[in-house]
Amino acid sequence: MRAFLRRAPLAASTLVVASALAVAACSSSGSATSSSSSSPSGSGSGSATAKTGLKVFVIPKNLGNPYFTTADSKGTGGALAAISAAGDTGTETSGTAATSASQIPAIQAAITKGANALIVSATDPTALCPTLNGAMKRKITVVTYDSDAPTCRSLFINQASTSAIGTSEVDLLAKEIGDSGEIGIVSAAASATNQNAWIGYMKQELTKYPKMKLVATVYGNDDPATATQVTQGLLEQYPNIKGIISPTTVGILAAAGVLDTAKYRGKVQLTGLGTPDSMKKYVSDGTVKAFELWNPANLGYLAGYAAADIAGGSLKVAQGATFKAGKLGTFTIGADNTVLLGPPTVFTTANINNFNF
Amino acid sequence: MDSDLNAMAGNAAMTPEHIAGEEPGPGPGASGGWGRLRPAMRWESGLVVVVIVIAIMGSALSPEFLTANNFFNLGLNTGEIAIMALPMALIIISGEIDLSVESTLGMSSAVLGVLWADHWPMLAIFAVVAVVGVLAGAVNGLLVTRVGLPSLAVTIGTLALYRGIALILLGPRTVANFPAFYTNAGTTAIPHTDLPWSIGIFIVLAVIFAIVLHATPFGRSIYAMGDNAEAATFAGLRVKRVKTSLFVISGLASALAGVLYTFRLNTAVQDNGTGLSLDVVAIVLLAGVSIFGGKGSIGGVFLAVLAFAGLQNALLLTNFNQEATGLVTGGLLLISVFVPNAAMFVRYLRQAARRATRRLPSEPALSMPRRDT
Repeated sequence: MRAFLRRAPLAASTLVVASALAVAACSSSGSATSSSSSSPSGSGSGSATAKTGLKVFVIPKNLGNPYFTTADSKGTGGALAAISAAGDTGTETSGTAATSASQIPAIQAAITKGANALIVSATDPTALCPTLNGAMKRKITVVTYDSDAPTCRSLFINQASTSAIGTSEVDLLAKEIGDSGEIGIVSAAASATNQNAWIGYMKQELTKYPKMKLVATVYGNDDPATATQVTQGLLEQYPNIKGIISPTTVGILAAAGVLDTAKYRGKVQLTGLGTPDSMKKYVSDGTVKAFELWNPANLGYLAGYAAADIAGGSLKVAQGATFKAGKLGTFTIGADNTVLLGPPTVFTTANINNFNF
Repeated sequence: MDSDLNAMAGNAAMTPEHIAGEEPGPGPGASGGWGRLRPAMRWESGLVVVVIVIAIMGSALSPEFLTANNFFNLGLNTGEIAIMALPMALIIISGEIDLSVESTLGMSSAVLGVLWADHWPMLAIFAVVAVVGVLAGAVNGLLVTRVGLPSLAVTIGTLALYRGIALILLGPRTVANFPAFYTNAGTTAIPHTDLPWSIGIFIVLAVIFAIVLHATPFGRSIYAMGDNAEAATFAGLRVKRVKTSLFVISGLASALAGVLYTFRLNTAVQDNGTGLSLDVVAIVLLAGVSIFGGKGSIGGVFLAVLAFAGLQNALLLTNFNQEATGLVTGGLLLISVFVPNAAMFVRYLRQAARRATRRLPSEPALSMPRRDT
């Protein structure tokens, strides 16, 4: 007994680490990996000469974010479904926080594991670029989706033109508040490329509505608790606020939760980017009249096909080059090696029940 | 029964020594800095085994685990945490804690970003950042020692305060145009090695901290005040001054970590380093530093950094569900606190059982048996 006690720390700590690694070993089979064997028939038109069986890693900003889960999962018809249909092996990986410090180790691990292609939503382009450039030097295809890293990728899959998102959300809100009053923005992280680009176009569009005044932009960091807190702060600090734009699915959901009280419902309007499933409740009870989004699963699907085609050698990235992305049809590479998914869909009580993501 | 419970609680701070003291042979005579290493060595030999187990299992699960390139990545992602763990070890040994390190890192990063955006020369910025780190640590230290507030409360307060200052300084801005000379240093290895610069700095600092902690009167006094601050004061040790200086050292190290973090990611943004304090504390406790103070070693910290970084990296390479890494960090933290006290608890149960069997034939049940010595 005494001998055991003397070695207790040693034995126990060894045991802990061993079991942690054992869990890791088991869970790898349960992680989001989809293999090619399941659907040999779905390969796209261009893949006749393309190499298959490649390792493609899908690296969203963070894990546990419903938006990226929809964009990436096989079940929703996202990136992993396209990768599988193209005959390659897809794996989703990332950090748990939507920060570059958390995402970079996942990218490094994917490179270390012999990735042929990376599909990345960049948390912070400047922070990611040394790692992504390192990948490109090793002939790894780098495709960005959702949030771009312009100087260190082959191709960017753009969910919607930046200007269209920014301007259309201001227009939606203007219609709801009669073109006048104080408004606020609930954004994600202060450093997020796409958020800041959209907000830039919102400010530009607001010049068309002289009676609308943007009083504050607050940052919820795509964390429900933080987003709720900053929305409450915004409403307390500016009691005359008439409308809120939240161009992030986490932010709009948190803001809708705050506004879903008798005090604010119908008095403060909310629009932005949200997923239909999460927002159904707030649209049906009148808290939110209209919001918009592209279909994230289609975004991931398109990125998956593009990455598989480029890595497989059947698509050379150049302006004007075309490729077929399975069920979505044919796309053309535009300026700055960017592919545009299409215009965003506006969800209202009229159509929201037709969507399921 | 009560007295036994009290004895157990009181002894919790120096568990292994107490167990050692029971054994025949040399008693706890060596009470100096090196003498205190003896009980800690047992935990460290456990850690060596842990590191070896991680290396073996990591390489078994993933052929890339034991490659130079992977080690470089692993070091790169751990350097700042490792640097902050050194002063954290000293602070916890002294019986305090500093949870504000991640925000001091963030605030330093913000100062670096703001001043660089204002076209200050880089060396002047380094000087200002160092002053910021010293001030941040001094505020913690003075509130703890001079005002007499608990360090847990003070540093939770400054955790929020320093993050708030970072947010005010930078706002939504991201400063990212740092000179390539510095950002390259943040992402490349020291020439002719596979060591990132931050790990090189950590190793040099670890040697300095080890000498200071284990071979100087200053270092020995840290153990003494961690065991019993009051007794240390009566023995003439400058407890308040030493503790204040530890917080200042922690602030300075966090500022250094902030600079390294900023250059590694080439980004100064207000949320830099969020969540790192937990990792730092987890490493220090895994190192065998007692959360009650008075026990621990820098060698343990070094091994714990290896174990922590290796484990996180192995989990990444094995497609471990990353959402569950928190389970691993949290579990390590709990077990590091639990195991020494579990040994204590088992010993207590055993003594109680021994007393109970001895009591049965002769002694009346109500009388308290005398403690064995």
